[in-house]
Amino acid sequence: MAYTDTEILEGLAEIVAEETGLPTDAVQLGKSFTDDLDIDSLSMMTIVTHAEDKFSVRIPDEEVKNLATVGDAVSFIVGAQA
Amino acid sequence: MTAPRTGTPEVVVTGLGATTPLGGDAASTWAAALAGESGARTLDNDWAQKYGLPVTFAATIKVKPEEVLARPEIKRMDPSAQYAIIATREAWADAGSPEVDGERLGAVVSSGIGGIWTTLDGWDTLRERGARRMLPMTVPMLMPNSPVAYVELEIGARAGAHAMVSACASGAEAIGYGVEMIRTGRADVVVAGGTEATIHPMPIAAFAASRTLSLRNDDPQGASRPYDVDRDGFVIGEGSAVLVLESAEHAAARGARVYARIAGVGLSSDAYHITSPDPEGRGQVSAMRRALADAGATGRDVVHVNAHATSTKVGDLTETASIRTLLGGEADHVLLSATKSMTGHLLGGAGALETLFAVKAVHERLAPPTINVAHPDPELQVPLVRDTPAALPAGDVLALNNSFGFGGHNVALAVTNA
Repeated sequence: MAYTDTEILEGLAEIVAEETGLPTDAVQLGKSFTDDLDIDSLSMMTIVTHAEDKFSVRIPDEEVKNLATVGDAVSFIVGAQA
Repeated sequence: MTAPRTGTPEVVVTGLGATTPLGGDAASTWAAALAGESGARTLDNDWAQKYGLPVTFAATIKVKPEEVLARPEIKRMDPSAQYAIIATREAWADAGSPEVDGERLGAVVSSGIGGIWTTLDGWDTLRERGARRMLPMTVPMLMPNSPVAYVELEIGARAGAHAMVSACASGAEAIGYGVEMIRTGRADVVVAGGTEATIHPMPIAAFAASRTLSLRNDDPQGASRPYDVDRDGFVIGEGSAVLVLESAEHAAARGARVYARIAGVGLSSDAYHITSPDPEGRGQVSAMRRALADAGATGRDVVHVNAHATSTKVGDLTETASIRTLLGGEADHVLLSATKSMTGHLLGGAGALETLFAVKAVHERLAPPTINVAHPDPELQVPLVRDTPAALPAGDVLALNNSFGFGGHNVALAVTNA
């Protein structure tokens, strides 16, 4: 079953909130993981691990550096589901 | 007591914090200890019956970290670090959040075993789901210096952060090392203590295999009975205690409230056996003698001992024989308390919690009770405080806290009134 963009954003927001303590509504498509959400590399890898689990996708390590914003992550996961 | 060594800073205690089987902070823990309460309870975890564990009770912490810490903190810290952070925040606030240059602020927080929940969860993840599912925080959560690293981050301590690992003496050794950091001029203030979180089926099974745990499953609260003829081993406990240590000069300059002094540190090792104490107690006597000498005190000054006393026959009786060897006839005037009868055995946290008790005992002039001693062992060689607290005398008093660990580690700390 494929997840919609909205479902992926909501799911990511829950993962980020759990990891960082930020409210889920702070996690929006245009937000930068590092600059806006203050997520360090270890937290990013944790979020990636949980996202892979939740959406049944594979996010290769070399791809993670390209995921600058929440929107980048949503787009990648949408594509990876196909 | 003689004067302290010229030119060496005196070390005082200005803050206390704890989370233990008796309470979620130092005050409630101490009140429960004075009231003779037990922190042991039957385990209600699903694993308690699942693996055929011979022991299905433990002294679990009274207030769960989830009630105190933020969700991301829970996720990023092994329980051993969670407990240390809870105790640190209380101790730091209790000390009045001293303003101190980070370069002059140290942290020493020990664990006997480290992040065993994280270690074993990681192993389960690897076996069941493969390497890609391993969480990246696994290493910084499992390492035994993780609690002190979080404490160092919490308070901005840059004079050094250390974690002494000496089994059940770890918490006391941490405080001793904190004292030395101040005495040698490396720091003005040190946050020091111990922590442990081993209420997990693997360590329970492993300790049970060594025949050191009480099997009194039908009576958890009566299971830890040091010095009672019917003792059958220790009750595993968890939690943390942390002290704010400070040079007397620094404390006086900021008008800090002072609970007591840590006047003497005594360390030794048995070089005898990996788990049994030297039956002649040579290492234990050495540690206590060194603590007294370091404090410029003699056996006549000792009015109270918080014993290591885990509730094993060999350990408990060796210790009171050691105290008798050290003090001779003066041992008749000492009030001996075995607080593990109430708290269970916090392993790497024990020495810190019992030092906190010794500090409170000296400050409030009350020796806490020892519970569950229906039939005192006739071989007990020091007067035991039973059931209700006993008053310490007026004037200058000295309390010893003893902590002894597997591996033959012995630590004695001499606590005096401020």
